[in-house]
Amino acid sequence: MSGWILAILQTGLLVFGAPFLAGWVKWVKCRLQARQGPPPWQPYRDLLRLFKKEVVVAESASPIFRIAPYVVFSVTALACSVVPMVAVGLPSAAIADVIVLVGFFALGRFFIALAGMDVGTAFGGMGSSREMTIASLAEPAMLMGVFTLAMTVHSTNLATMIGYLLAAPFQLYPSFVFAAMGLMLVAVAETGRIPVDNPATHLELTMVHEAMILEYSGRHLALMEWGAMLKLMIYGVLLANLFCPWGVAVDYAPLPLLLGLAAITGKLLLLGTALAVAETGLAKMRLFRVPQYLGLAFILCLLGMLSHVILEMN
Amino acid sequence: MFMAQLPFTEQLVLTLAALILFTSFLLLVQNRIVSLIHTFAWQGVLLFAATCLMALTSGRHHLFISAALTLFLKVFFIPWQLRRLVVKLDIRREVETVGSSPLIMIGGGALVLFSYYVVLPIRELSLLATRNTIAVSLAVILVGMLMIITRRKAIAQVVGFMSMENGLFFAAVVATYGMPMVVELGVAFDVLVAAILFGIFFFQLRAGIGSLNVDHLNRLHEVDR
Amino acid sequence: MSFYLALLAVIAALASALLPLICPGNSRAIKIIAFPLLGLSGVSSVLGGGMALLRGVTHSLTLPVGLPWLHCQLRLDPLSGFFLLVVGLVTLVAAIYGPAYVREYQQGPQPLLPLTLFTGLFVAGMDLVLLAADAFSFMISWELMSVTSYFLVAYQHQHEVNRRSAFIYLLMAQVGGLFILLGFGVLAGFGGGFDFSAMSRVVLPAGWATVAFVLAFIGFGMKAGIVPLHVWLPQAHPVAPSHISALMSGVMLKVAVYGFIRFTYHLLGGIHWQWGGLVLFVGSASAVLGVLYALMQHDLKRLLAYHSVENIGIIYIGLGLSMIFAGTGHPALAALGLIAALYHCLNHALFKSLLFFGAGVILQQTHEHDLERMGGLIHRMPVTATCFLVGCISISALPPFNGFVSEWLTFQTALQGPILNNHIMAALIPVAAAVLALTGALAAACFVKVFGVCFLGLPRSERSAAACETTLGPRIGQVILALLCLLFGVLPTWTVTQLETVAKQFFPAGMPETTAHGWLWLTPVSPEVASYGAPLVLLGISLAWLLAWLWLHPRRKRTPVRISPAWDCGFGPLNARMQYTATAFSMPIRRIFRPVWPITESYQKPGAEERGGRYRLQVGDWAWLRVYEPIGRLVSATARRVAMIQGGNIRAYLAYSFFTLIFLLWVVSL
Repeated sequence: MSGWILAILQTGLLVFGAPFLAGWVKWVKCRLQARQGPPPWQPYRDLLRLFKKEVVVAESASPIFRIAPYVVFSVTALACSVVPMVAVGLPSAAIADVIVLVGFFALGRFFIALAGMDVGTAFGGMGSSREMTIASLAEPAMLMGVFTLAMTVHSTNLATMIGYLLAAPFQLYPSFVFAAMGLMLVAVAETGRIPVDNPATHLELTMVHEAMILEYSGRHLALMEWGAMLKLMIYGVLLANLFCPWGVAVDYAPLPLLLGLAAITGKLLLLGTALAVAETGLAKMRLFRVPQYLGLAFILCLLGMLSHVILEMN
Repeated sequence: MFMAQLPFTEQLVLTLAALILFTSFLLLVQNRIVSLIHTFAWQGVLLFAATCLMALTSGRHHLFISAALTLFLKVFFIPWQLRRLVVKLDIRREVETVGSSPLIMIGGGALVLFSYYVVLPIRELSLLATRNTIAVSLAVILVGMLMIITRRKAIAQVVGFMSMENGLFFAAVVATYGMPMVVELGVAFDVLVAAILFGIFFFQLRAGIGSLNVDHLNRLHEVDR
Repeated sequence: MSFYLALLAVIAALASALLPLICPGNSRAIKIIAFPLLGLSGVSSVLGGGMALLRGVTHSLTLPVGLPWLHCQLRLDPLSGFFLLVVGLVTLVAAIYGPAYVREYQQGPQPLLPLTLFTGLFVAGMDLVLLAADAFSFMISWELMSVTSYFLVAYQHQHEVNRRSAFIYLLMAQVGGLFILLGFGVLAGFGGGFDFSAMSRVVLPAGWATVAFVLAFIGFGMKAGIVPLHVWLPQAHPVAPSHISALMSGVMLKVAVYGFIRFTYHLLGGIHWQWGGLVLFVGSASAVLGVLYALMQHDLKRLLAYHSVENIGIIYIGLGLSMIFAGTGHPALAALGLIAALYHCLNHALFKSLLFFGAGVILQQTHEHDLERMGGLIHRMPVTATCFLVGCISISALPPFNGFVSEWLTFQTALQGPILNNHIMAALIPVAAAVLALTGALAAACFVKVFGVCFLGLPRSERSAAACETTLGPRIGQVILALLCLLFGVLPTWTVTQLETVAKQFFPAGMPETTAHGWLWLTPVSPEVASYGAPLVLLGISLAWLLAWLWLHPRRKRTPVRISPAWDCGFGPLNARMQYTATAFSMPIRRIFRPVWPITESYQKPGAEERGGRYRLQVGDWAWLRVYEPIGRLVSATARRVAMIQGGNIRAYLAYSFFTLIFLLWVVSL
């Protein structure tokens, strides 16, 4: 029972902590560009402001337009409950493994893409088309990376994976090095950050994710934005805890939990800083260079898998 | 788990082997000539690090000399020569589109798998714990050869040839504690001479057919079509 | 009991075909007689097959018909029972959907009777194929199935293109049947007869086993639609009536998969892992090529036909993995792979029929078959749109619907690849899994395109703007299938327990840990390896949705939603031409994967008087250009050479007889 309460608390922490990560990345980016920048808790203010605003729906919109924000948010919130952030071995982690997690994101993306096509504008269709193309190229790379990890730990269940890595003595796996690089590239593509997509752009023809939610306003827009922040948070937690699992709590005593919380906070802040540095240093690629980028991610994960078979298996 | 039995330095050697393979993949699809040369230099750095580690773990100190030779030649001298050549030939800003890079990458992946398949019986003969890297070094050689076949610019083909030699050297180091010093020095000297000769050759080529694109040599065919 | 129900299914289907012959002119009477009997056939198939599956027993029967030395033997075992269940479900829904759909053929130039006649015979043929227990009755039923479906495809024979498509379908069905016959011939040649029990006892030498396997693979593959033997699928499915397309795509392809499984697992027995490698490779190629070709189509039914190729590829990936594990001595994992493949058979039958029925409704209401002329149909046809959406989500393999579960099981089977001793295969299996992931993602892209262009947005033609919802029958049929899609997605553990009965026929130990943790959790190899709690996923999504909605509800009352013209970044009023077309949606993918299709693209600048240019895009199929047209040319050239015998000269014919007589006299004299 205590496991379920802890799971709910952890989900709440992820859901309500996600805007802070997005705000942190933005703040670091602004500081790197010698600007003052909004404080890291600005996204909370933005969300609250959006929740209070009036919702305007286009005449040509259908019920899909109205339910899509709820679906996206619910699915991403459910994904939050599956990812081990502070502690391993919570009962909610058994609901889904990594492949189901990818399925959750795919479901959310399906509905956002439909919402983009719903109103009948050209920008929405463009965003949906680009998003589905990028996603279809990112999936094989993601799956190959997951397989590489799963081949070493003999599981796709996230809690088991992290638990195995914590229990084993420290080793340097070449396959993990490649899988980490590949999955980082995929994570950037899936969360829509530079160099794949610019989340702060105002030019419609350069948008991918923003173009699909162009018609949303008020609480619908708040749910969509929050869903995007949750996705960034989940990918951050996954990368941090899969490749540097030290600090994650294995039992439910208060001290390991606090240590786990501190560890994940530190790792996420570091990852956020790295993302901000990358976003500042790189330029957004044009759409038809993204296949090469994702091809590179796939090759990295493929090399990881081959390294595992060649170098690590007996 | 197999990896757990290895000491940390040997795990590091395996990681470096995988990274060397990654750099040869990068060489396959690099567009710009200058970044091609830089990637080749990084491959040399990784090779240097791997040789030093092997020297440390095995206690064969002559490997340090090999490592120093690699550092001097592969990381500093040859890239510097190539870069000078590129500047003199005035092709610094040229970009070479590698046709159909996904297919070439997949071909590279298939070569890796194939070299693993070929090496399986040989694996048993080596006594070192890092014998798995024989497959990786054969793969580096084959991918270097693939690079020579798929590239059109002569400079890229030279880099491919050099990376083949890198693969051979790596195979020697990790599989058999290095080559005899005589062979080592001879090969290094050959590579040096080749680099200098290539430079002279490229000027002649450019004067002769007006470009460094080897496909233009197709004009030298026997039968008139 | 279950056997008699299965026989009742056959008899009811035959009755539904033959009884209306008594009143050929009266369309209404034909409908009243034929469709309820077809529904009865469906129900008894479901019950009979279901009972055989649930109880795991085998019944046999020998009928005194057939050849003098080989009586017709029928058998119902869990494998046949499962496929009977699948056939019955789709038949039942087709019977509910049918009457309203064929109403439009009643006014048409062709009579209604051939449609019901051949539908009944088609269903009877499929049922008999599933029940057949000797090669002779199998081939007779197979041919019955093929020929009756030919007549169904050629039903609207007034159009040249329909006749040509039906001809190609018949040709390939016959060639496939020939390969299957040869395969049975090899088995019978070594064994003691044509009945399946004798064939399964025979042990073939390795070379001949491979020959038999390849013959059966090609023969059944031609009917199932693997690349490059798939070319008849996108031709035949669009021209057939929609409920027939649903039956063909949802069910007939599964009967071909049944034949393949029966031949390989039951009759051949000792499976070599190299066969599994071939099946895995062909399955992966079919999956990815099927979905890429589907993305470029804008005829709705042709697109769905190419997706059938993709899903058959996914089923073959599962079967290939199963065969690899069976050949290398891992029967539990082989059982898991077989279960994944069978689950996908069931799922595909459900969601593909749902999509074809929806396409039929759209065709009937808008008389458009081109996606580029549809749009905004969700406002006009809400029930159809919702059921079609369920079908789209299921086929894109998204949780919590059924398509996801079978793909997840296939991934989990592939993940066990490293257990193999052969490291090369252990490295290639993840590549196949990555191809499967690419396929799933591309399928999701394709169905966003289909649903978005077809149902959402603004109507692109007047007929789409004027469409209205269908009558009760088709609506009920679609809702039933949509609910089944959800049900099989949320109760995977129960389904897998039933499917394990089939797997235990060939791998007696089964895969017990998969369902060992209760109905809530699906744990393929063990709970530490992977687990999926589908009901909890549905519950979690609903709970999160409810919480969000409840929190925001008071605000909804205070500030209601305002309807206004679309924002569109302030670019002014929208019209239907501004939206993305289906071709535009798939353009990035077309550019990225360009070598996959033979594409002809041209743009003509506008002339002096015209306002817009003319853009032409033609996307073909390499299989036609590289495989079938050369074969066709070779056959024509050879036929021309041989036809020179028939020169028309009487003296030449007399000379043939004369020289044959001389030759025979000489032979006799030897």
